[in-house]
Amino acid sequence: MSSAIATPEKPVHKDFFHKAREARSGFRSLVNRVLSVLCVTLAFLALIPLLSIIFLVLKKGLPLLNWSVFTELPPAAGQVGGGFGNAVVGTLLMVGVALVLATPFGILSAIYVNEYAPYSRLANAVRFVAKLLTGIPSIICGVFAYAVIVLTTGGFSAWAGGFALAILILPTILLTAEQALIGVSKAYREASYGLGATNFQTIWRIVLPDALPAMMTGIMLAVARAAGETAPLIFTALFSQYWIQSLKEPTASLSVLIYNFSTVPFPHQIQMAWTASLVLVILVTIANISAQIVFRKK
Amino acid sequence: MDQQRPETSVVSSASFAPVNTPAPRSDFLKVDNFNFYYGKKQALYGINMEIPERQVTAFIGPSGCGKSTLLRNFNRMNELIDGVHHEGDILLNGRSIYDKAIEVIALRRSIGMVFQKSNPFPKSIYENIVYSLRIAGVNSRGILDESVERSLRGAALWEEVKDRLHDSALGLSGGQMQRLCIARAIANRPEVLLMDEPCSALDPIATAKVEDLIHELKKEFTIVIVTHNMQQATRCSDKTAFFYLGKLIEFDETQKIFTNPSEKQTEDYITGRFG
Repeated sequence: MSSAIATPEKPVHKDFFHKAREARSGFRSLVNRVLSVLCVTLAFLALIPLLSIIFLVLKKGLPLLNWSVFTELPPAAGQVGGGFGNAVVGTLLMVGVALVLATPFGILSAIYVNEYAPYSRLANAVRFVAKLLTGIPSIICGVFAYAVIVLTTGGFSAWAGGFALAILILPTILLTAEQALIGVSKAYREASYGLGATNFQTIWRIVLPDALPAMMTGIMLAVARAAGETAPLIFTALFSQYWIQSLKEPTASLSVLIYNFSTVPFPHQIQMAWTASLVLVILVTIANISAQIVFRKK
Repeated sequence: MDQQRPETSVVSSASFAPVNTPAPRSDFLKVDNFNFYYGKKQALYGINMEIPERQVTAFIGPSGCGKSTLLRNFNRMNELIDGVHHEGDILLNGRSIYDKAIEVIALRRSIGMVFQKSNPFPKSIYENIVYSLRIAGVNSRGILDESVERSLRGAALWEEVKDRLHDSALGLSGGQMQRLCIARAIANRPEVLLMDEPCSALDPIATAKVEDLIHELKKEFTIVIVTHNMQQATRCSDKTAFFYLGKLIEFDETQKIFTNPSEKQTEDYITGRFG
């Protein structure tokens, strides 16, 4: 290598470079190796809590996992058997309601903020508020939905639960959708405008299809968060021992069931809380993987 | 073929009467005392020029001299940037491109553009070509099919891709992608084709293909090409404009600019003394 750099007429250069390299190279490669080992070690350390949670949930939840937990109602205090089918349905419904409410608002706001008026005051205000809201404790969403929906409609309901979750996930969807739009290459937009496309055509035909996979990742993050939230639902959907009949009545959810059952002194209920946790993890994982398959880039 | 190109382009510029065409205008694209500003910074100073119909006009000059800026004003792409404004006028075929009655999207349909870095959409080859037709509301299968074949033949790409029209355009080589972008730009029959350093990211073989293509395309289209490559300007253009610091220094027949320029600055630039 050194001969490639230095020319034969100027041996002084060869000598200089050679010495300079020798002097520091041992130390540099040592630092390089130490830092690499450090990064790998820390990456493994970060995995430990994650893996131990999954291990614990599997270990404690698997024994009671069978089909009847999806088809039967929760057991009364002290009783054995039963399931939490109504809570699974309730969680799916309320997360669905939250998505239906929050996704259009989130994505359309992101389009406005990033595509139509990125530097406007309104866009800056929307971004600021969204960032602020991502840090808001979920219980406050619950209290807000309680005041806005539960008190005005006169009772706990799946609607109120879905609304609380929608408020909770709206900023996540908005901000990740904006990031997804920012990630779309400027060259695509230029090409589209250059061919005489309108703003709307460019967004609809070029930008959105390209941003969709990244947007779905954001929506799936939001789903995972919404499905696991307890506090907003205690204030809004409460709980129910029965199958849901309409969106206007108190509704069971997995997260509230886990909260309820893990605080009672009955071993069977506590074990069922573990199984419900496992089911929650599985449901979120399935939703995540299927969304990735459906919306992956071709 | 490569050896012959410089000669033919010089010949056609000298005769100035392209084949099989009814009286081409010598001021097809006319720039009239044009100033352009990015915010407070002035980028173009009092540009006056007349770009002839169905010929190739090359813009040369050092980086930041305003040649791309002027090019991007022809189809009003600069308006996508915040805080720009202009003074003066640009006329396409005698009509102001800033005419209130002309919508900017209609203008961009009649003035196609090929960018420095090839930018096919992440769609199939077929869908890339028909994009300009689809956004204009054309969805008839027959018209689209015909347009795809004609455009790809026009861009000398048909033979290479005819069996994989529905594969992703992103699987093409760099040179093929750039020719695809040219095919896409000519799909809706523009009058003018703007090329912003179309070969700067291509290897010499792909560059030669694109230059051949430019030579073919000028039979139908008025072409304006920005290039940093002086040999390219001599090989494929009829007229050449030299820009420096936002001003048009010299605009003449390519042959004259490169053999006997009137301005000292032009001579210094083309002989490599600066820039």
